[in-house]
Amino acid sequence: MSDLQSALQGARFDGYVSVFEAQPAGMIQLRADLAEDAVAHAVHRATGATIPQPLGLSTGDRGEALWMAPDELLLRVLTDAIPELLADVQDDLRDHHHLALDVSAMRTEIRVEGAAVREVLAKVTPVDMETLKPGTVRRTRLAQVAAAIWLSNDETAHVLCFRSVATYVFDVLSVSARKGGEVGAF
Amino acid sequence: MLILHCPYCGVDADETELSPGGEAHLTRHGPGSDDTDFESYLFMRENPKGPQFERWRHAMGCGKWFHAARHTVTMQVFGTYPAQTQRPPQEILDRISAAQPGWRWRDLGDEGQRA
Ligand SMILES: [Zn+2]
Repeated sequence: MSDLQSALQGARFDGYVSVFEAQPAGMIQLRADLAEDAVAHAVHRATGATIPQPLGLSTGDRGEALWMAPDELLLRVLTDAIPELLADVQDDLRDHHHLALDVSAMRTEIRVEGAAVREVLAKVTPVDMETLKPGTVRRTRLAQVAAAIWLSNDETAHVLCFRSVATYVFDVLSVSARKGGEVGAF
Repeated sequence: MLILHCPYCGVDADETELSPGGEAHLTRHGPGSDDTDFESYLFMRENPKGPQFERWRHAMGCGKWFHAARHTVTMQVFGTYPAQTQRPPQEILDRISAAQPGWRWRDLGDEGQRA
């Protein structure tokens, strides 16, 4: 059995905000009709969370559910819990049209922390970072690649990108966060 | 810069989050069709200087395909609508008529001006 290796080996850059790779999370991609009770039940059993609103994120005692598309959620849980939780989800939904997959190795989370996180992200994404509310998940473009961005508070941003471009995203965010690059826009 | 409202996730998406999918409301003519139909499906496009109906994909966002109506010269966006339809919503047609009386696009157009 091989261990899950993180894409960036815990890389960190300290500029006028800090950019670092977050601890690897277990991730389950769930595609289904989000209006079905069985889906709400499965999501709750896996994470303790409710079905999030469109562009939302909901948190439970065992994980969180991110809204990715009208028919898609990303469940984030502890890595070790994945085999059991995935089996539970598939069992709960066995009579419903769905897809549930372990995609833990598919994406990397990079955390950006500091008072200027909105500005550092605004340099590299078309999202209006001035008005983005904590808890809103925006799948968007970050420089030249796709990424999901959300704030958990005004000084903590989470960036989720594909593992294959993790180094690129980390480098782009590090350049954006470099001291001397302050704009003071917000 | 073009900004289109994605009817699936509700985001006002910047052009750089989208990928273009060409002209909308084509009828596919596949195996067994006659050459004229197949040619028109593959190659014949309206390419108007004026109101145009297009397909776009929210590629870096929710990933869904949708339709948009826009003016190719002024870049005015008349509206966006879901992909599961063969005809633009009437309210979008009305909006185009208000901006561009007498417009035509295939069998669509400003009825009031056609006679
Ligand atoms: Zn969308």
